Amino acid sequence: MRDGSADGGRAGDAPAGKATVDLDRLASALTGQDPAGELTRPGPGDAVDGVPALAVARPASVAGVSAVLAEATSQGLATVARGAGTALDWAAPPERADLILDVTGLGRLVEHGAGDLVAVAEAGLPVVELLETVGRVGQELVADLPPRRLGGGATVGGALATGVSGPRRLQRGALRDLVLGATVVLADGTVASSGGKVVKNVAGYDLAKLMTGSYGTLGVIVRAAFRLHPVRPARRWVVATGPLPDVAGRAREVVASQLAPAAVEIDRPAWSREAGVAVLLEGQEAAVVPRAREAAALTGGEIRTVPPAWWGVLPDDDGAGAVPSAGADRTVLAKATATLTGVGGLLAAARAAEDTRGAGVAVRGSAAGVLYVAIGGRDPAAVAGVVRELRAVAPSPRDGTVTVLRAPRDVREAVDAWGPVGGLDLMRAVKRRLDPGRNLAPGRFVGGI
Amino acid sequence: MPGRTSDQAPAAPAAGAALAAVTAGLTAVLGGDRVVTDHARRRTYECDGLAAYRVVPGVVVLARDAADVAATVRACAAHGVPFVARGSGTGLSGGALPHSEGVLVVMSQMRDIREIDADAQRAVVDPGVINLQLTAATSPDGHYFAPDPSSQSVCSIGGNVAENSGGAHCLKYGFTTNHVTGLDLVTPAGEQVEIGGKAPDPPGYDLLGALVGSEGTLGVVTSATVRLTRLPQEVRTLLAAFRTIDDAGAATSAIIAAGVIPAAIEMMDALSIEAAEEAVHCGYPDGAGAVLVVELDGHSADVAGEFDDVVRLCEASGAFEVRVAADDAERALIWKGRKSAFAAVGRISPDYIVQDGVIPRTALPQVLRRITELGDAAGVRVANVFHAGDGNLHPLVLFDGSQDGAVERAEGVAGGILDLCLEHGGSITGEHGVGADKAKHMPRMFTADDLAVMQAVRCAFDPETLANPGKIFPTPRLCGERPGRRQGEHPLSEAGVAEVF
Repeated sequence: MRDGSADGGRAGDAPAGKATVDLDRLASALTGQDPAGELTRPGPGDAVDGVPALAVARPASVAGVSAVLAEATSQGLATVARGAGTALDWAAPPERADLILDVTGLGRLVEHGAGDLVAVAEAGLPVVELLETVGRVGQELVADLPPRRLGGGATVGGALATGVSGPRRLQRGALRDLVLGATVVLADGTVASSGGKVVKNVAGYDLAKLMTGSYGTLGVIVRAAFRLHPVRPARRWVVATGPLPDVAGRAREVVASQLAPAAVEIDRPAWSREAGVAVLLEGQEAAVVPRAREAAALTGGEIRTVPPAWWGVLPDDDGAGAVPSAGADRTVLAKATATLTGVGGLLAAARAAEDTRGAGVAVRGSAAGVLYVAIGGRDPAAVAGVVRELRAVAPSPRDGTVTVLRAPRDVREAVDAWGPVGGLDLMRAVKRRLDPGRNLAPGRFVGGI
Repeated sequence: MPGRTSDQAPAAPAAGAALAAVTAGLTAVLGGDRVVTDHARRRTYECDGLAAYRVVPGVVVLARDAADVAATVRACAAHGVPFVARGSGTGLSGGALPHSEGVLVVMSQMRDIREIDADAQRAVVDPGVINLQLTAATSPDGHYFAPDPSSQSVCSIGGNVAENSGGAHCLKYGFTTNHVTGLDLVTPAGEQVEIGGKAPDPPGYDLLGALVGSEGTLGVVTSATVRLTRLPQEVRTLLAAFRTIDDAGAATSAIIAAGVIPAAIEMMDALSIEAAEEAVHCGYPDGAGAVLVVELDGHSADVAGEFDDVVRLCEASGAFEVRVAADDAERALIWKGRKSAFAAVGRISPDYIVQDGVIPRTALPQVLRRITELGDAAGVRVANVFHAGDGNLHPLVLFDGSQDGAVERAEGVAGGILDLCLEHGGSITGEHGVGADKAKHMPRMFTADDLAVMQAVRCAFDPETLANPGKIFPTPRLCGERPGRRQGEHPLSEAGVAEVF
């Protein structure tokens, strides 16, 4: 990019006044370290949840990320990292997004140690490409991204920044349990790694976990190492439907059984008095078949070789897994956690809230107690009411929490998006130490971090 | 191994006064029986499982509850006195090594299992609860606590949290960090904070991820909420004997490549087999250059099929004998040889160092050969007992401390093994922790910037660096510094104005 300061075209509502950007210096900082890096003016799509940017940097190397971040921070700019942007409207919108740091230029699979079941990838690598490569030797990253995000090119860095988890977290854990190490670039350009690329490692702090789910507010993830798993040769799904308490009870019975299910998912469509449960069994064919029979006996379900259409799909999606439903921009997406015994209460509360608030509440997710909730309706007060009623299910935040991931601006203003957060002062202290100038995605995270 | 004395500088008079003030204050609040000042009693705590380092703590506090811990830490914070938390003291890296001018907070009296919520598959425990006691308490409900360090019959769960302990079964089930859903913490400022609970994924930064494995440098855990794992329907264990380590390594790789994730794959070499035989007469096959202990667990249908695969793959890789445990007694005998190996080497060598390093599994044959070469070159024998499935080596470097230069030669080999691990992209510790012992090795694994960022996180929790100082970080800096590129020594240290813990 050649000349002048961009006018950006957004209201100067930043706390420190309207940011100005010296694009020449940004560009030369970037390309001085990273000749393949690019700095461009923002296009129509270059906004973060409605907050427009002044410039977009697309480095092609870690050195480029470091150089452009150091320069942006020295100019006092707020930088928001972006992968494929499939969840860019999750978490709170940033106070400012002067610079969008597009990491898709770092798209290499650095290493695939097939014999060690480990993959090291740059942040911009689409997860689907990682899966394709490791899948050729019968391996997988058991992260189970929602199909729409996976199909939309969701990147390794984005998956980490948003702390993805899917159906198979029941047995294999969430992405935070599969990340072995990460390299991040701090706001001042410092490049730092923690962890490593071996499964067992307790040297130093596990900063990769701290970065996972931090929505780019502590550093920009540029590279990460993951534990892979062998693809199990056979799979069966056992699918049942029934009245809400029944389904929750059956799901818990399967979790508590010795069937070692890979996943137990629950689906309660909006306004429904019924819910579905689907159990995934993985293993050798000869073993999966009898286990599926046992699971069918336990749940009263039927055995299938393919998942139900809603499997792993977020409830604000239309179910096809490719296209957002009409009016999806008005749908609120939240994440609700519960204990194994609390899931039933959550389903019941969703049903009850529909009657009292007049908004549809679809719930879908793992019987392990991590579920996603889509709240329909256009009335911010109604949505806030639903969120309150769902929160009230858990006797305390120790037993369950509800956080709003995605919502229109007026709803965000009406609702406490994060709810109570234990250890918030410590989180603020971590943010102050790693990003003292609040240059990374200011305002996006808990407590206005 | 001969003892090493503390390299901590003699305390300044001010430090002594501060400790005296803390001691007086705590004695008034907690009572004299909880605050141990008697030198002989304090000496009881001078080391943890790594007896090579010994420091007599300045004062010992026997905590009964979180309030005691908070009062102690608050007093330390008020007077700038360092504190170290200690559970059962079984750590092998000097992580609970006391501070001569600080407070040792002994957690072993906080040992109540507060709640077992079997339906929710959670337990809430005091930090001093013994690992195996939790499993014993939850087994009647059909559950167990999966992280199982070798010391599980004596180690505390608080210590497991501090060190992110693993064990033979973490190949399949993960480490402590994968099994903690909530922690109550006393911060280094003395505040009590609740993070997470029984539900997964508490909102905000993953403080649990940062705290587990932080070796007591971010505060003191006063309660842990942990995941309970369903007992498997079936467990099957086999012992496979090979002529060479390479064959056993090939079998390990073949098993993993076949898509089987055993509950455990453990390997012992000829020297450790010899030691185990001498100690516990476990009856391992004659002439074995290496044995594998492979355990499968899960649903019976899975275990049966996978077991056949494992036997076939072992035989194809050169196993000349495969023994299958027919019952619990035979399984116990197979494990007895493995689990007694560390202690058993004491029978064939007067002294030994237990090293703890990690390599990618595929590098096993190559690295084990190099370890033998390193030992041969130094005239030192090395026995290998390790978690083959995840590449976590525990070379036992044998020596006789009464011989001139033997200690140095053994330490040279032990250090060389860590370098080998790093050359192959591994880690300097897989489960024992960095502690006081390996802090000096951290710069070989991490850059100055890597360590500065870790230190910045530490400073967020502990700006005065009072929590377990001297552990993990080789040359920690004052917390007033900004994270980022490091330029020379800290000005205060350089000017001789301040010494940093």
